[in-house]
Amino acid sequence: MNVSVGIPASASLALVSAVNLAKRYPVSAGWFRRDRSFIHAVDGVSFDLMPGETLGLVGESGCGKTTTGRMLVRLTEPTDGQVLFKNQSGDLEDIAHLKGAPLKDFRRRAQMVFQDPYESMNPRRTIFDTVAEPLHVQKIGDHSERFERVSETLSMVGLTPPASFLFRFPHELSGGQRQRVAIARALVMEPSFVVADEPTSMLDISIRTGIMQLMNELADRLGIGYLYITHDLAVARYMCSRIAVMYLGKIVEMGDTEDVLQYPVHPYTKALLSAVPVPDPEATRDALSIKGSVSAPVDPLPRCRFYDRCPIADDYCRDNDHPPLEDKGAGRLAACHKA
Amino acid sequence: MTTDPVLVVEDLKMHYVTRAGTVRAVDGVSFAVARGQSLGLVGESGCGKSSIAMTLLKLLPDNARLVSGSIILNGVDLTTLSEDQMRAHRWDRISMVFQAAMNSLDPVYRVGDQIIEALEAHSASAGRDAMERVRELFDLVSLDPTYIRRYPHEYSGGMRQRAIIAMALACEPDIIIADEPTTALDVIVQDHILREMQAIQRSLNMSMIYISHDMAVIAEVCDVVGVMYAGKLVEFGPTTEVYARPIHPYTKALMSAFPSVRGEKHDLTTLPGEPPDLLDLPAGCAFHPRCAYATDECRTSIPPTVQRGDHWATCWNPVDDLGGE
Amino acid sequence: MSAVNAQHAVPTALWRARLRLALQSLRENWQLFVRTRIGIIGLAIIGLYALLALAHPILMNTVWEPRTYDPVVGYAFDETQQPAPPSLKHLLGTDPLGRDILSQLMFSARSEFLLGLLAATVTVVIGTAVGAIAAYFGGWVDTLLMRLADIMIMMPAISVLIVLSALIGVEHFELALIIGILSGFGATGVVLKSQALSVVVKPYIDAARSAGGGHFHIILVHIVPNLLPLSFLYMMFTVTSAIFSEAVLSFLGLLDVRMSWGLMIHTTESAGYLLQVTEFWWLIFPASLSITLLCSAFYLVGRSLDEVVNPRLRSR
Ligand SMILES: Nc1ncnc2c1ncn2[C@@H]1O[C@H](COP(=O)(O)OP(=O)(O)OP(=O)(O)O)[C@@H](O)[C@H]1O
Ligand SMILES: Nc1ncnc2c1ncn2[C@@H]1O[C@H](COP(=O)(O)OP(=O)(O)OP(=O)(O)O)[C@@H](O)[C@H]1O
Ligand code: SF4
Ligand SMILES: [Mg+2]
Ligand SMILES: [Mg+2]
Repeated sequence: MNVSVGIPASASLALVSAVNLAKRYPVSAGWFRRDRSFIHAVDGVSFDLMPGETLGLVGESGCGKTTTGRMLVRLTEPTDGQVLFKNQSGDLEDIAHLKGAPLKDFRRRAQMVFQDPYESMNPRRTIFDTVAEPLHVQKIGDHSERFERVSETLSMVGLTPPASFLFRFPHELSGGQRQRVAIARALVMEPSFVVADEPTSMLDISIRTGIMQLMNELADRLGIGYLYITHDLAVARYMCSRIAVMYLGKIVEMGDTEDVLQYPVHPYTKALLSAVPVPDPEATRDALSIKGSVSAPVDPLPRCRFYDRCPIADDYCRDNDHPPLEDKGAGRLAACHKA
Repeated sequence: MTTDPVLVVEDLKMHYVTRAGTVRAVDGVSFAVARGQSLGLVGESGCGKSSIAMTLLKLLPDNARLVSGSIILNGVDLTTLSEDQMRAHRWDRISMVFQAAMNSLDPVYRVGDQIIEALEAHSASAGRDAMERVRELFDLVSLDPTYIRRYPHEYSGGMRQRAIIAMALACEPDIIIADEPTTALDVIVQDHILREMQAIQRSLNMSMIYISHDMAVIAEVCDVVGVMYAGKLVEFGPTTEVYARPIHPYTKALMSAFPSVRGEKHDLTTLPGEPPDLLDLPAGCAFHPRCAYATDECRTSIPPTVQRGDHWATCWNPVDDLGGE
Repeated sequence: MSAVNAQHAVPTALWRARLRLALQSLRENWQLFVRTRIGIIGLAIIGLYALLALAHPILMNTVWEPRTYDPVVGYAFDETQQPAPPSLKHLLGTDPLGRDILSQLMFSARSEFLLGLLAATVTVVIGTAVGAIAAYFGGWVDTLLMRLADIMIMMPAISVLIVLSALIGVEHFELALIIGILSGFGATGVVLKSQALSVVVKPYIDAARSAGGGHFHIILVHIVPNLLPLSFLYMMFTVTSAIFSEAVLSFLGLLDVRMSWGLMIHTTESAGYLLQVTEFWWLIFPASLSITLLCSAFYLVGRSLDEVVNPRLRSR
């Protein structure tokens, strides 16, 4: 593995390492056309996630956040690139070829919390069934041990007393409670890595804060590494120590959260930040410098993905390939010719 | 801003009758909107924001009951109008951008034709005039005129939302109700639309009711804000006042639960408990089970109105007790 | 809680919760079902025929003397002339071979039920499996199953059955299997697949996968239960088509069955009474009316279930 882009020397300490991940989806180009087009949903994404760290993945809708997350837990097969995961013996291992017992072990240690608390639970199964499912399919413990473990996990996510929730059905719970169940299901196996795909975006503010705090607390206590996917920069600020900003399948900026939010380097990050409304009626925001909206990245031209909307683009950006994600000083990575 | 009110709502009550019981979705709401003013309604999901909007337009489902109250638009009480008379008022004087409006365009007709149809239905203009008007409207919401002859699926989400806004503006209504018009959109698109709506509203001196659960959006768009909890307005006042010195503990809690990208990173506080069940409201102040300031009175009796100039709230224990009783 | 206690308490509580959900949805669905009315009419007719079917062996063992009343080999010695019109002893008269029509009718009802239910069960088992597997695996598995379905749908069931019955003797059991296979791999499988497609994209399927659940676990635990309501609906339609096909085939004399409603009409026809309907009405009407009624009854129940499981069809 000698891919240099964005992989620090500390890679071997990483819990999960994405190496040049790419996912292309074919789209039909029209009737009678043989040459197929591709949506470049994720295109050369690399990063490392340390144990116990929370990395935020932010960006507009359709930029490839979910696809990236799904590839990390092997729910989607990458078209290119690798996902390396620290296995039991502490070595980074390519998850693409896992089978049988090692795959089960990976499934035990890498979990995902899905975006939608309403659709991510089978309506015909009790909360106990749902949370115990990983234990059941992994054949961990007998009935009473599973029961103990599920109860513990439910109280850990704040569903107390667990006995009053165990035998209810999803439709008998509120949105916030369901989201807690979804988190409990991901945590019941005591994973070391969790992909959290917008776990709070469907929830009300008042409930949202509680879930965010809960996840932070659990990350600290259990040393879980999170990949936290969100389109809300403010949420990312409270959840993540580092963030990666994605645009059309590429990471365009990555660094410490506070740093990135205070001193964004990439023009897209700047635009994204200045578009976030402020809950202060007396504050004024500058007009946005970028126009238009994201389009699907179908067969993108070999130039900066942000070129069409970029306020500072010039001829160099037009005539050169997409800029690499490189160090712009103080550990900040950005992909821009002009930054 | 003039003080002459365009819309005055008095003691509005609208309940849904369901098999499980009566849902008090709008439970005694009063407010007024002045010409050119924009009023924001904030509150958590299910507190009755959309229900107010639907009641104002009298677009209610069969199981809804308008229990009491008056809705006076330019001196006409809408509650007394027949459905035919009401139809003449809708679009013309009061129009609406619905929640999830993006999907309310008919996929089989060109967007321009749909607007023309709306215009002709209100005999605002027809034929060539109507086309001219559509051009104006597209210009107003910054849509390229070539899109007039395109179908909804050729539009992006943000463009569709703009087309819907153009449609709502078609008859130059006195007041426009926007129910979460940008909730499904990305921040950048949202930013464009918010700015356009504000500009249009100012230039036409139109009034607006803007519904959202996002405190930040309301802060940017609205002059006055009403905070709703469990079918009632619990706090009302000029946006700057309400945000700087909230009176109601719920408003305060909402604001400190709201993460911000800018400024100091303050600790977020959590509101305990669950949103209220409108079928079975707690006695006294509906917020008391979740309120950090709740006292015995809160649990038993309806809270009084605390008035500070044109800023008021209903609470036994106002958070910011500047008044010094 | 002691370990022993917990071991027993968990499954009990779990099953109690499941039972509660089942009962609750049963109650709600029953109310919706009742509200459609047509379903109730269908159910009443089905109930009536079920009673007739159940009563037959009892009558044969008590009041009906087998030599006279046996539906196949009996002979009404008490009548002077065959076919005899309805009388107190033979409420629906006798057929040209001197057998009691009511007894034949009741005896056949049982085999119609067995035929219908067997065909429906086979259909649904195959259809559910085909739908779930095609939707879950996709790719070539899906293509293969769907091409097979195309073939099944294109084959006109009746003519296939005619050919088959000419080649191998077809009895009720074989008939049920053939109808079940045709419909299960055919139309029912296709419908259930499209339903299954809306289930396989649900995030809880992904959640089960990322928990380490195998294909078998996911199909059995998550997909199939969500197909059952629709499967049950298609069971009703299959019963209708099974009874109808049986009637046609036995009328044509192509089935190796001892007695059935279709065969009753066939007997009438081969004895040359078919065109004298007004004169010998008891030879035709009981059997043909029964076929019509029972077919429509299952159809009505199916339609009504359709409104229950497809909320979009529910009349407001
Ligand atoms: N199964 C699929 N087949 C084809 N295209 C897909 C598929 N899944 C995703 N895409 C496309 O890939 C791109 C990235 O999608 P993805 O779901 O990863 O975005 P996202 O960043 O998670 O967006 P959101 O914030 O809306 O969830 C989009 O253009 C999407 O249309
Ligand atoms: N037709 C109806 N019949 C019965 N109850 C209803 C009906 N429509 C809405 N409700 C209930 O009335 C309450 C208020 O609903 P409303 O749609 O006004 O909330 P909202 O504040 O707009 O919420 P959101 O932010 O989720 O859009 C909710 O509890 C809802 O469940
Ligand atoms: S590389 Fe050029 S086009 Fe791309 S973001 Fe930087 S300045 Fe803009
Ligand atoms: Mg996503
Ligand atoms: Mg609403």
